[in-house]
Amino acid sequence: MAILVIAEHDNASLKAATLNAVAAAIELGKAAGGEVHVLVAGTNCAAAAAEAAKLAGVAKVRVADAAHYEAQTAENVAALVVASVADEAGDYSHLVAPGTSYGKNVTPRVAALLDVAQISDVVAIEAADTFQRPIYAGNALATVKSADRVKVLTVRTTAFEAAAVANEGTAAVEALAAGPDLGVAKLVGRELTKSARPELGAAKIIVSGGRGLGSGENYHKLLEPLADKLGAALGASRAAVDAGFAPNDYQVGQTGKIVAPQLYIAVGVSGAIQHLAGMKDSKVIVAINKDPEAPIFQVADYGLVGDLFEVVPELTGELSA
Amino acid sequence: MKVLVPVKRVVDYNVKVRVKSDGTGVDIANVKMSMNPFDEIAIEEAVRLKEAGIATEVVAVSCGVAACQETLRAAMAIGADRGILVETDVELQPLAVAKLLKALCDKEAPQLVICGKQAIDDDSNQTGQMLAALMNWPQATFASKLVVAGGAASVTREIDGGLETLEIKLPAVVTTDLRLNEPRYATLPNIMKAKKKPLDTVKPAELGVDVAPRLATLKVVEPAKRSAGVRVADVAQLVDKLKNEAKVI
Repeated sequence: MAILVIAEHDNASLKAATLNAVAAAIELGKAAGGEVHVLVAGTNCAAAAAEAAKLAGVAKVRVADAAHYEAQTAENVAALVVASVADEAGDYSHLVAPGTSYGKNVTPRVAALLDVAQISDVVAIEAADTFQRPIYAGNALATVKSADRVKVLTVRTTAFEAAAVANEGTAAVEALAAGPDLGVAKLVGRELTKSARPELGAAKIIVSGGRGLGSGENYHKLLEPLADKLGAALGASRAAVDAGFAPNDYQVGQTGKIVAPQLYIAVGVSGAIQHLAGMKDSKVIVAINKDPEAPIFQVADYGLVGDLFEVVPELTGELSA
Repeated sequence: MKVLVPVKRVVDYNVKVRVKSDGTGVDIANVKMSMNPFDEIAIEEAVRLKEAGIATEVVAVSCGVAACQETLRAAMAIGADRGILVETDVELQPLAVAKLLKALCDKEAPQLVICGKQAIDDDSNQTGQMLAALMNWPQATFASKLVVAGGAASVTREIDGGLETLEIKLPAVVTTDLRLNEPRYATLPNIMKAKKKPLDTVKPAELGVDVAPRLATLKVVEPAKRSAGVRVADVAQLVDKLKNEAKVI
């Protein structure tokens, strides 16, 4: 029996979240026995596959390269994964995907086709069939045991270190026959936020803004120089995204991105439980808010009560000094 | 075109849940229950489709205990035409709910199912995708915009890194994200009217679905508490702490 990781990638390279999923799979491999395979489904995705083959702990990379995996739609990818679970090279005991928007889209489809439960957002592996996962916006941690023959997991990327590149040798890369093109979903277009800043999910430092900033203009004017100074990613609370201050993919929280950077600076964020759910595992939290009663201060290591319109430029200036 | 919308009864999003001292779960006795917020967005979207003349009927479905009737009434107060309760006291997991919904889809033949992307209690984010798989239908998850025309839906999705637009053939499953719409408040006349709308009750066995849980919950614990740190007086002190105490910059 082996463990299969569904890789998230853009054909040219693996997404950082895939490395966390591989690390979780390696940990599972120790508990369950069995080697770790990585499935790369894409179009002209040899580069992403080669990257996966270099990861320590990966025994095999299986590549399905076909035009109809260009958009990596859930329908086509799920059909491929299900077929590979049943084929002779497969015999998988576990399927693992990162708990990102990609993994969350595809993986439940796979689980249902296999008639097994999915365990979402796993934060700890207790045994081959027993996992810990957050519920109620992280206000409780449930330990669940699966009785299914194949365990299908998405893993919370912040709970597992990224898999490292092996010192020597690479895993075998095998071609996997493409599945059918179901042709029921077509990608019309993508509008990706262009930014030279680090990816929110993988950033070491995050500067996050809330409703207190008052406008999109203030959000950019105040937070961008600070983020640039720190080499930080930008984040936002739901209130700030709803108000149009920042794009949707900046949202940190229960239903947005879950982050755990070394440093999280929350500016004008009140700290609703839904937001805290997305960032309370950060190593160091700084809160800047004019309301001394704001709940964000209850989780902040360093709280500064003050007018963010004065404090943030001062902080940016201080860091340049 | 018929639209089916599943709605879940969950602990209200404003309630801070407590883990039971015996570690068997969270205490939901005497706690305010509401419709899952993402499902409210789903109902609103379906009702807007009806108001735009695209949908002809909106059917709300809830699976769970008898009290889920309240959730269905709330959906009908927003504008759903009728409700179906799949009543059971068994703890329902996403795969079981997806199977119940499949059975109802086979019977009701909707062209579109709009689900909330996740329930705020178990945070699974699975049911819509699972239903789409079981029906062999396309799916468009995490929708922030939905346009239905000519037997297809154009759906803008919130993804890591931005937005993408998919064109999917109907019938299909769409799951809602926060920015799809802002649900209306139900007016008192509509709440009264909802009480008279039809609400049918079926049992899982009548639908031929085995709802036995696949995952056993061994224990539920509270996460490690993060304690509040210190207040700093000014920016200089903050920078000093970050540099010399926390050593993160």
